[in-house]
Amino acid sequence: MEPVLEVVDLKKWFPGVKANDGVNLTVRAGEVHAILGENGAGKSTLMKVIYGLLEPTAGEIRLFGQPVHFRSPRDAILAGIGMVHQHFMLIPALTVAENVVLGDEPGGVRFDRRQAVQRVRELSERYRLAIDPNAKVGDLTVGLQQRVEILKAFYRKARVLILDEPTALLTPQETRELFNIIRTLKAEGTPVIFISHKLDEVLEISDRVTVMRAGKTVETIDTKGATPQTLANLMVGREVVLRVEKPPAKAGSPALEVRGLRVRSADRHERVKGVDLTVRRGEILGIAGIDGNGQFELADAIAGLLRAEEGQIVLDGRDITHLSPAERTQLGIAYVPQDRQLDGLILAFDLADNVILRDFRRPPFSRRGILNRRAAEAYAKRLIEAFDVRPPDFRRKASELSGGNQQKVILAREVSRDPLVLIAAQPTRGLDVGAIEGVHRQLVRLRNEGKAVLLISLELDEILSLSDRIAVMHDGEIVGVLDGAEATREQLGLMMTGQRAKEGTV
Amino acid sequence: MKALQSILLPVAASLVAIVIGAILVAALGYNPVSVYGSLVSGAFGSLGNLGNTITASLPLIIIGLGIALSFQSGLFNIGADGQYWIGATAAVWVGYHFTSLPGWLHMVLCLLAGMLAGAIWAGIVPGLTKAFVGAHEVITTMMMSYIAILFARYLIEGGPMQQKGYIPQSPLIASNTQFPYFTQGFQQAQLSPISMIIAAIAVLAAWFLLYKTTLGFSLRSVGLNARAAKYAGIRVKLYIVLALALSGLFAGLAGAVQMLGVDHQLLDGFSSNYGYTAIVVALLARNNPLGVIISGLFFGALTTGGQNMQIASNVPASLTNVLEGLIIFFVGCERIIPQVIGWYRRRRSARAQTPAS
Repeated sequence: MEPVLEVVDLKKWFPGVKANDGVNLTVRAGEVHAILGENGAGKSTLMKVIYGLLEPTAGEIRLFGQPVHFRSPRDAILAGIGMVHQHFMLIPALTVAENVVLGDEPGGVRFDRRQAVQRVRELSERYRLAIDPNAKVGDLTVGLQQRVEILKAFYRKARVLILDEPTALLTPQETRELFNIIRTLKAEGTPVIFISHKLDEVLEISDRVTVMRAGKTVETIDTKGATPQTLANLMVGREVVLRVEKPPAKAGSPALEVRGLRVRSADRHERVKGVDLTVRRGEILGIAGIDGNGQFELADAIAGLLRAEEGQIVLDGRDITHLSPAERTQLGIAYVPQDRQLDGLILAFDLADNVILRDFRRPPFSRRGILNRRAAEAYAKRLIEAFDVRPPDFRRKASELSGGNQQKVILAREVSRDPLVLIAAQPTRGLDVGAIEGVHRQLVRLRNEGKAVLLISLELDEILSLSDRIAVMHDGEIVGVLDGAEATREQLGLMMTGQRAKEGTV
Repeated sequence: MKALQSILLPVAASLVAIVIGAILVAALGYNPVSVYGSLVSGAFGSLGNLGNTITASLPLIIIGLGIALSFQSGLFNIGADGQYWIGATAAVWVGYHFTSLPGWLHMVLCLLAGMLAGAIWAGIVPGLTKAFVGAHEVITTMMMSYIAILFARYLIEGGPMQQKGYIPQSPLIASNTQFPYFTQGFQQAQLSPISMIIAAIAVLAAWFLLYKTTLGFSLRSVGLNARAAKYAGIRVKLYIVLALALSGLFAGLAGAVQMLGVDHQLLDGFSSNYGYTAIVVALLARNNPLGVIISGLFFGALTTGGQNMQIASNVPASLTNVLEGLIIFFVGCERIIPQVIGWYRRRRSARAQTPAS
């Protein structure tokens, strides 16, 4: 088959960093080509170069056999490259049709709305991207917003579609729909470049995979015949343990009990509607659920960040319902929040300040209100070493670290406080295989040491592989609690939509 | 590298403003060299001028510290002028009462009164409304600033603090509360070693508070990321109130120091604008208490130098206001400078590449 896009020995060097250092890639017509690599492997840089956002240091890009030099995304778009970024570039206040045509509106001086709607409708029928052109983008789900982005690309006559981490923000259902869209495109002959660090998705959707590591393309292989293990090893460059090894649970006395808890979120909506839950020492209790069903508000309420409207939270026999977040921290609740950059870290602080964020009011980090910087530095040095944070320099600002290393810092801080209960909300979101392995190992280690772990995740595989018991949450309620070893994806999937478990607790 | 950059950028912004000012002066038909010469000599040319510059910069420095502190806490205290005047008023009131007290104690009492008044003025209404109902501090501090100035004016225009007679002014504070001036060198400058020491202590205190105490850690956390601060167990609302109160405390202190050191009584006018210039002082110092000294002196020099410039070269002193505006502009868009450098580099590398490819 004729190559659509070729990248030959591409290099993109930044001062001190070789983000791309010898990238070779051939995308054929009508194939779904996955680019797989850990965070920081150079996938995004490569895409930016292809899309004209960055100029390459050396090397060549050929489109349909012709060498191209893009000075800006506009050149790339004109040449037929369509890109859907991980973070959408949409205007929420405008309608779908307005967003799609934005920058290339039909009509002369006057904007021809009717024609815009008409064109968008045609496109959405042709590519089977069902969407209402008149809907306001701000009202759409993330999955539908992504369709708008894809439509935008085709409106600009894209001949190659690049999807940058397209499933990062999608629910499992939305991911499935996206995959159907990709299959339709493929059947139409449009090549799709699918950038991801999720092995199972790459295996499911792609025809060929190019693996990147440390700025270089390691290998391109046919997806048929590849296994998660081979891909993971290629990505990381060593044998990776994909399955979490854990001894049978030795669940002890209840560490955390939640009774009849009702919580309103910051926008005053009731999100948790009467939850009863017990987490025992030495077990991982997983909470499965589709995003937005109250699981993160539950976590915030236990940590004390949201007020309990009703009900009781009991830690180790002690009622903590009305204690402040600081007091709960003190009593042994550790919390890895869902959004590490928004809640878990102060990005402009360096690592030494971030590791003492929860404890700066106590010795040795301060005495009588005076900070002891040296103690913070010594502590940071220890944690950085123990958790292999890179770069190993406590003077670095948190913002200068990769997502995986930011998460390591949070985990190090929370776990090292020797907590009684660890609440981990989406602890591996956006992390790569190697980093996920590390986080999972920490959670299991805590459990084996007899701590209680409350794991909240949107990734069913993570819940299934780690949890000793699984509580499924839907619309602010616990639909049922299953045994972790016996639960199946199908069962959980059904319960996540609100159907009660046939047997078991209600 | 980064520390160097954080110093170089404000300096570069000031230089660019000065250069543009020079072009402006030339366009108006004056010789920019002699105009700037008169400005510099007016600010630093003699011991007396230097003294005047320091005198003019002390209130800017002290208020600037408070504003830097509020900025670091994520709050924009735009009403420092009112907090300054309410502090001044409180200090003067205490200053002409309690005259039986020993001088040093009376001085301390005046300073404390000024600080307390400023802190209450910024902390109670703007602080509490910001923390509990989300009223924006830019609006509330501004409103409270007008109230403070109008209140002070009422007090001396027919109000209880008016001195007997028809002139709208308060009585003089007790003579033993007036800071003694330097007896040598700075005689003309109304400059007292006590004012300078207080300003120095204020700088050190602000620096220590921000970077060495748990209070400062909490304030900066709230300023940088209120959500993470809450997660860390910091009582965000409390620290919002504290940040504004502390900011007002510094402004109030500045008012008290100015009354005890320079004015000795409340006079009609209330148009010093120290509270507004101090915003620029804090910005130029990038909210660093130590940097506030330098930027405060810089703006003090602009004030005193500007007066001399008007006398010596007939250029209106308001040119210094233009300079001030230009500096604000360039400090505000200092991101432009690295961008221009980047653009230039890209262009050059693009030119170098074109013949090759």
